[in-house]
Amino acid sequence: MNLGDAPLTPAPIVWEPMLPMIIVFVTGVLCMCVEMLRPKQTNNLIVVLSLAGLAVAGALIVLDWTAAVFHQPPSEFFGVRFGGSPEEAGGGLFIHDRFGQSVQLILIASTFITILFSEGYLRERRIPFGEYYPLVLWSAVGGMIMASTRDLMIFFLGLETLSIALYVLAGLNSKEKRSQEAALKYFLLGAFASSFLLFGIALIYGATGTTHILGIPMLMNHASADPTAGKILIGGIAMVLIGFGFKAALVPFHMWTPDVYQGAPTTVTAFMAAGSKAAAFGALVRFVGAITQPELIDAWLPALAIVAVLTMTVGNLIALAQRDAKRIIGYSSIAHAGYLLVAVVAWAHSRGSIGLDTVVYYLGAYSITTIGAFAVLSLTAKAGREGTQLEDYNGLWKRAPFAAAAMIVFMASLAGVPPTGGFVGKLLIFKDALDQDYTWLAIALGINSVLSVFYYLRIVFAVCVDEPDERRSQFAKPNAGMLTAAGACALAVLAMGVFTSAVLQTMGLSLPAESGSASRSVAQKP
Amino acid sequence: MPGSIGCPLAHLGPRFCGKIVEPVNPYLPIFVMIALASVICIAMVSLSWLLGPKKSTAYKESPFECGVAPTGSAHERFPIKFYLTAMLFILFDIEVVFLWSWMTVFRGWVEKGTPSAMYSFWAVMVYMVLWFLGDFYVLRSGALEWEESKTLHPEKFGKAVDEEAPYVQPVSEDAA
Repeated sequence: MNLGDAPLTPAPIVWEPMLPMIIVFVTGVLCMCVEMLRPKQTNNLIVVLSLAGLAVAGALIVLDWTAAVFHQPPSEFFGVRFGGSPEEAGGGLFIHDRFGQSVQLILIASTFITILFSEGYLRERRIPFGEYYPLVLWSAVGGMIMASTRDLMIFFLGLETLSIALYVLAGLNSKEKRSQEAALKYFLLGAFASSFLLFGIALIYGATGTTHILGIPMLMNHASADPTAGKILIGGIAMVLIGFGFKAALVPFHMWTPDVYQGAPTTVTAFMAAGSKAAAFGALVRFVGAITQPELIDAWLPALAIVAVLTMTVGNLIALAQRDAKRIIGYSSIAHAGYLLVAVVAWAHSRGSIGLDTVVYYLGAYSITTIGAFAVLSLTAKAGREGTQLEDYNGLWKRAPFAAAAMIVFMASLAGVPPTGGFVGKLLIFKDALDQDYTWLAIALGINSVLSVFYYLRIVFAVCVDEPDERRSQFAKPNAGMLTAAGACALAVLAMGVFTSAVLQTMGLSLPAESGSASRSVAQKP
Repeated sequence: MPGSIGCPLAHLGPRFCGKIVEPVNPYLPIFVMIALASVICIAMVSLSWLLGPKKSTAYKESPFECGVAPTGSAHERFPIKFYLTAMLFILFDIEVVFLWSWMTVFRGWVEKGTPSAMYSFWAVMVYMVLWFLGDFYVLRSGALEWEESKTLHPEKFGKAVDEEAPYVQPVSEDAA
């Protein structure tokens, strides 16, 4: 088709619901300008600017939930329709709904807390690049895009925006071999996974004729569909799942995680473990939500369930043998991806009879906890070097009792001990899994939770019990940003555990919008 | 059109000019060429290998470098600046490709008075502003300067840290 002749009119763009994304992006650009204008000054202005931008973006989302400032009902925008009725072709380049906004909020909060404790850490590590802040912000924008679209090309766009910034960030400490290794490994494997995703998108496009993921149920519902298209579709779905599975660190595609988490600067690791994972699961949920046709569900849910069990088991078992705190949390993040996948499988199996609140709640609790843990772990960076072995943390409770106490809360939440958000999250996943007759998944989750307690306790012992070796322990003075970050995370984790129903209500995902017609009107499902 | 262009093989008789009944595979000459070339190459290499005298010395075994005895290693390090310049050039290329493809469509839209013309113009302007910011950033951070990078300013470390400990190279713990 010659676009020059086509009667293209600009699609009606509703800017308001995209404001959080735009604000975060523009904040990144402004931060870059500040760095450009004063490259020899301290980064304090950049830090304040990014924190302010993120705060405004987050406040807008919360305001929209409580007071509907965007004046927009949940809907899809940017629908450029190439023929067909609106229901068929759909929009979906940008989706404005509670799920997308929740994941966006998790990403904004993760970025905010990461930036809070970044400046002190980066100065101690002697990597005080002002470029760090714009890169983190743009990476967060990529994640936000991934969580609020239903078009495969936009998924890809968001994924690349997220990843390319992260590749640079992982290698930010270019003086250190481990950081270089992390960057190269992440870049090569990430590019490989991206090509899988892209090829999967191509196959799905070939089968359905559209890059919109709701083309898949449309094709499957079509009685006279070409049987070859269904086979191409299976291959395409597999490849897209591999692409997202890589970002979410699911087990056959998890190899990069520990090395990259260990080698990257701790603040970047924190953002990767929380933000990148939230974005990947946001995209995964959107995609899995589109493959709920019986033929596809029979093929994919058992596979995803097995991947979930593998992910949590492998993550936990290898974590038991680690001596490096960052690697332990890295493997723990793999295990948590497995727990999350159980929630996603149960949600997909229910086909709309249970809400997405479990996934989002667990994602939020996990993200906040992990970032808090990394904030405390970042304290061993001093005068250009950083020790992340467990022994390096001995005696932290003497030097920074508050941070050590926060660490206990984080480890309790990751292990799933009662008054914390992690406990309630696991409980919700149990409930969903049992509700959908996935008893074996629930049992696997339980066994793995018990396993994981062992290595979380090991970190707690290293931080709070073991006596320091004089030669070893070397801690930076906890600065205000780091203390605020750890304190806020600890408070939030406890609050999520205590005020669970309030949190769930604010997110508004507990009850699906329409449970009766869910199987028919797929357009309403996230 | 046998008559319109003079056939270069006309002097060989009518068989070679426009009178061929069986169509010849147009790739046949290429295959013949490849076969001839490989036969000649294989013959030359293998014959000289079979028949030639073999008296190898250390000097003969060394790599040929313009007739001069080679010095140093081939695994030489060269400045990363080359890569940086190449990457910036690729980015510039991509920018031009985007602009070009937009421009070809935009022209048609302006001539027809399509309502999207002005809209797309402003969209591209936003894109260009971001590009210019990036270009300024490249200039400002000294990525195009051909000397040592000045990106890492010690001034950024802040006072408190700078005084008690000067910059130390982080120790790689690979051995541990």
